[in-house]
Amino acid sequence: MQEHPQLLYKHRQVPGIHTLDVWVKHDGYSRFKKALGMTPEDVITEVRTSGLRGRGGAGFPTHIKWSAVPKNRDVEHYLVINADEGEPGTAKDRDILNGIPHLLIEGCLIAMHAIRASKCYIYIRGEYVEPWQSVQRAINEAYKAGYLGKNVLGSGLDFDIYTHLGAGAYECGEESALMSSLMGERGMPRLKAPSAPLPMVSGVWQRPTVVNNVETIAAAVPIIEIGGAEYAKVGYGSPRSRGTKLYSISGHVNKPGVYELALGCPFSDLLEVAGGVRDGHKLKTYIPGGSSMGFAPPTPLDYPFDYEGVPAATGTLGLGSGGLIVFDETTPIVPVTKRLVDFYHHESCGKCTPCREGIDWLAKIYQRLVDGAGREQDLDLALDICDNIWGKSFCALGDSVVFPVRTSINLFRDEYMSYIKTGRDLVAV
Amino acid sequence: MTVSRFDDATKARIDELVARYPNRKAALLPALWVAQEVYGGWLPEEAQAEVADYLGLPRAEVEGVATFYTMYNKKPVGKHHIEICHNVSCQVFGADDLIHYCEKKLGISAGETTPDGMFTLNRAECLGACCNPVAIQVGGKYYEDIKTEAQIDALIDKLRAGERPAFDTPQGKLPEARTFGRNR
Repeated sequence: MQEHPQLLYKHRQVPGIHTLDVWVKHDGYSRFKKALGMTPEDVITEVRTSGLRGRGGAGFPTHIKWSAVPKNRDVEHYLVINADEGEPGTAKDRDILNGIPHLLIEGCLIAMHAIRASKCYIYIRGEYVEPWQSVQRAINEAYKAGYLGKNVLGSGLDFDIYTHLGAGAYECGEESALMSSLMGERGMPRLKAPSAPLPMVSGVWQRPTVVNNVETIAAAVPIIEIGGAEYAKVGYGSPRSRGTKLYSISGHVNKPGVYELALGCPFSDLLEVAGGVRDGHKLKTYIPGGSSMGFAPPTPLDYPFDYEGVPAATGTLGLGSGGLIVFDETTPIVPVTKRLVDFYHHESCGKCTPCREGIDWLAKIYQRLVDGAGREQDLDLALDICDNIWGKSFCALGDSVVFPVRTSINLFRDEYMSYIKTGRDLVAV
Repeated sequence: MTVSRFDDATKARIDELVARYPNRKAALLPALWVAQEVYGGWLPEEAQAEVADYLGLPRAEVEGVATFYTMYNKKPVGKHHIEICHNVSCQVFGADDLIHYCEKKLGISAGETTPDGMFTLNRAECLGACCNPVAIQVGGKYYEDIKTEAQIDALIDKLRAGERPAFDTPQGKLPEARTFGRNR
């Protein structure tokens, strides 16, 4: 196995690391102080040098978001943290929120300085009551210690961080829907650039806004600590995928959990760190990075696992959020795919017709399949519906159903045929 | 409108939330959470109206938001709201069987409440506890690694007896950092 430097998880196993005292004893907030001594432009330069890209799923270069914010303080700027982790298979942000909340807060402070924001909202999904409490308590501690509030550390700058609890809508993990939800509206997506201004120009309350994932913001801390150039040296694959990534590895492995690995390591490292496919079983398929990425074939295992390597080697949508779900040969693929289709059916906000109606049709087809009333032409019909959903909605929720269905049918057509011909699964459960 | 259930303390809580945002409307989601708590776990029309009036928003707008989000309950829920994750990471570890077992044990279908008002059972979409399936949420508390009917029995007995493992409040003591499956 390759070496995997622990940048985010450096002190993860230290008892009490979620408290401010222990965090400060382990260099806590020293990176924030270092950043405060730098100009906002210099902080952004470090982030650009590091090659950091969004860890929430889209992989958008972080420095572009940060540098697109106006370089003045004429109006309030906002930092919004996306902690609405809801992509099936993804449980990595929860570990940061629960276990190392001060890492997130320190990252927020660095980012707020870089984008000249004095207010930050952490949007946490409604189900995450315990992680929310953990973060809120850390925020309270940071206020008491003077890392948040007015004239922080004598810098003349004010920094406020608030938590905002969602209420159960997968759609709110989407940037524009999240902003709507934060402003007290239904969580529905909005028109995007170039037809509408970027959030960095006009985001929440029509003010410049940067929306970043929890893990992305947390990565700002080691970047400032070791410097962007050092951070960019970490990684084994593409020059465009640098640093480390948290993977929540679930499903049929011996040691499921959240692990930090360098980007671009062989996929086999992920399996190895999670103890391999559970004993006595073999790999059937896996979802590389959250359910919307689709199913990957069991070979190859040695390709570089990063933003570029995953789609090239597996035919899935990509690295996504880092939620790896492993399935062994006991997995009945049709019911599993049906569950994902039903999930997206349930979560579609209903704004755009291709997503709302398209997924509804897919759900009907899958219901027919498991009822034993499937028809042979249903498979091509499903693929055709996928083509008509893809890229035709305001946000990517509709697209999210396309790859699971497409890859599932293409890889496991014989299992679908078994359902259609006998009304039963090939896999005995 | 019926008698207001927002006392001064509730109003102070909402005022504190409103102060976090540039306008009153932005406090709608947090205010609905407060209202749901004050109204015993759900949001009847009166609760929505009270939030609307207090924030100065049209009632229709508040209803639109309250009905969009699944965690705002539109009908009364039991004392213990049991939600079992059935998404794929939990599905492949028998979530459906556990849900059926729960339905049989409580004598209700998912989505219903027991006649004594003790339990509401629901299926939940991915709870983000994928590494420790099957995940169950009761109120704000997660129970993870639930794989057997015996564990369900123990959980329900515990809840029925009115005893539940420590649930930390924002004011209270928070648990030590946990590893959530890592290095287990």
